Amino acid sequence: MIRFENVGLRYDMGPEVLRDLTFEIRRQSFQFLTGPSGAGKTSLLRMLFLALKPTRGLITVLGRDVATLTRRDLPSIRRRIGVVFQDFRLLDHMTTYENVALPLRVRGKEEATYRQDVVDLIKWVGLGERINALPVVLSGGEKQRAAIARALIDQPDILLADEPTGNVDAPLARRLLRLFLELNRSGTAVVIATHDLGLMDQVEARRLVLSDGRLTIYD
Amino acid sequence: MTDLAAHLVDIRERVLGWANSLRQPRATPIVPPGNVAGRALTTVIAIMTFLASLTVGGVSLVSETAGRWQNDISEEITVQVKPAEGLDMLVALETVRQIAIETPGVVGASIMDEASTGRLLEPWLGEGVDLDELPVPRLVIIGIDSDDPPDFAALGEELRRQVPQSELDDHRAWVSRLVAMARSMVLAGSFVLALVLIATILTVVFATRGAMSGNRQIVEVLHFVGARAGFIASEFQRHFLRLGLIGAATGGVLAMMVFALIGSWTDSNRATPEADQISALFGSFSIGWFGYAGVVGLIVTVATLTALTSRWTVTRHLAEIDMISPVEG
Repeated sequence: MIRFENVGLRYDMGPEVLRDLTFEIRRQSFQFLTGPSGAGKTSLLRMLFLALKPTRGLITVLGRDVATLTRRDLPSIRRRIGVVFQDFRLLDHMTTYENVALPLRVRGKEEATYRQDVVDLIKWVGLGERINALPVVLSGGEKQRAAIARALIDQPDILLADEPTGNVDAPLARRLLRLFLELNRSGTAVVIATHDLGLMDQVEARRLVLSDGRLTIYD
Repeated sequence: MTDLAAHLVDIRERVLGWANSLRQPRATPIVPPGNVAGRALTTVIAIMTFLASLTVGGVSLVSETAGRWQNDISEEITVQVKPAEGLDMLVALETVRQIAIETPGVVGASIMDEASTGRLLEPWLGEGVDLDELPVPRLVIIGIDSDDPPDFAALGEELRRQVPQSELDDHRAWVSRLVAMARSMVLAGSFVLALVLIATILTVVFATRGAMSGNRQIVEVLHFVGARAGFIASEFQRHFLRLGLIGAATGGVLAMMVFALIGSWTDSNRATPEADQISALFGSFSIGWFGYAGVVGLIVTVATLTALTSRWTVTRHLAEIDMISPVEG
């Protein structure tokens, strides 16, 4: 689904922050991306959702060599990749419902065709009572779940989550993890970037460990 | 996907989005409708459009007034007959009138009667002066065809030959000075207008970019949820076109109201010395259709400029995001 071959990344003329990354995110797989702070997890995630250009190496996303993609091709590929940002990035003037429905709205879909799906998904992430609430009145965990719902609404092939449990307490973190596992069982590949060992220990899953710019894989 | 196919999908999504927005009038706009930056931008646009509209109106007024002066003067010349020993003034005036009226290019000639001459001299000699007792010059007013004017030199020569005390004043010196002054005023006004327009454009561009900076997160979110660049740019363009239209229309309409108010004030105070002075300079103090059309054009230009600046800023921001992406446009 996504393949990295000898990928390296440096910012400007600085040293390589990521070196010789070679791995594959397979269809319907579940993995954690981990490593100490500053190891390059977020940079790797940004390369995975086509927001960062590698300095060298080959990246293939959904069967397309990204070096051959044009700017116009990007949206259609991004639509198959759901992203949950560490800082949620919800639009403050929109309700939970409108935020979650946003990816469908920007695709030009008519509301009647997706309204029930959005409501069902919001209930599935446990925000049924907060469907008309604005982000300013949501707690950190609720915002996180709204962001996850937004990433999932168009049934992406792969979900990338950057520290999705970084702002929530342990019980909610476990609940979110169950949510990701359920999603994975329904066919979506999941990559969770986290440095929460406790969270990773709860699941037998592949671990991609970044350290000193290099990647070690524990299947 | 080829460029053409992507472009067609882009257009389809934009059309569907637009159609949906019509069907769902209460859906929250993707760009928040009102915030401090938006209100500040509207105010800045209103002020700059007001100032630019005043300048457009001012230049239009000066240009029209200068043209009117020039036309009025070039349509009329005068012949002055000075009193002299043994001169029968009435005969001399009639001779001058006859010579003038028979000259090609002259459309009419009339002797300024004693009463009118008296009124002309009233500021110096006071009321009730008997002109017969004073050696004052008399005037013959000659109307000329401004499209086919007479040969002024030949006419002057003929008048001097038959009435040596006559002197033709064809106003050419006046006209040339007035034309030069009018041109200078219009040129200076155009220069000021150009400066005001440039200042307006720059202010609108920078204010729009300032207001846009608060929306960067929205642009990024839309970008990463898969919105096409055209869709994002259109959303912002529509929003800023609305802000621009509200601001520009407010400023432009206020300026038109100022001109209308001054115009009606001069009309209603025609008898007063102040209004007479303004009327003497500017006629009815009306900026005319050209001025109003200029203000309307300005409103449209400023609103369009605001919308295009927002589009350009979004496009540039998206290009910045994509510059660090693994693709090159």
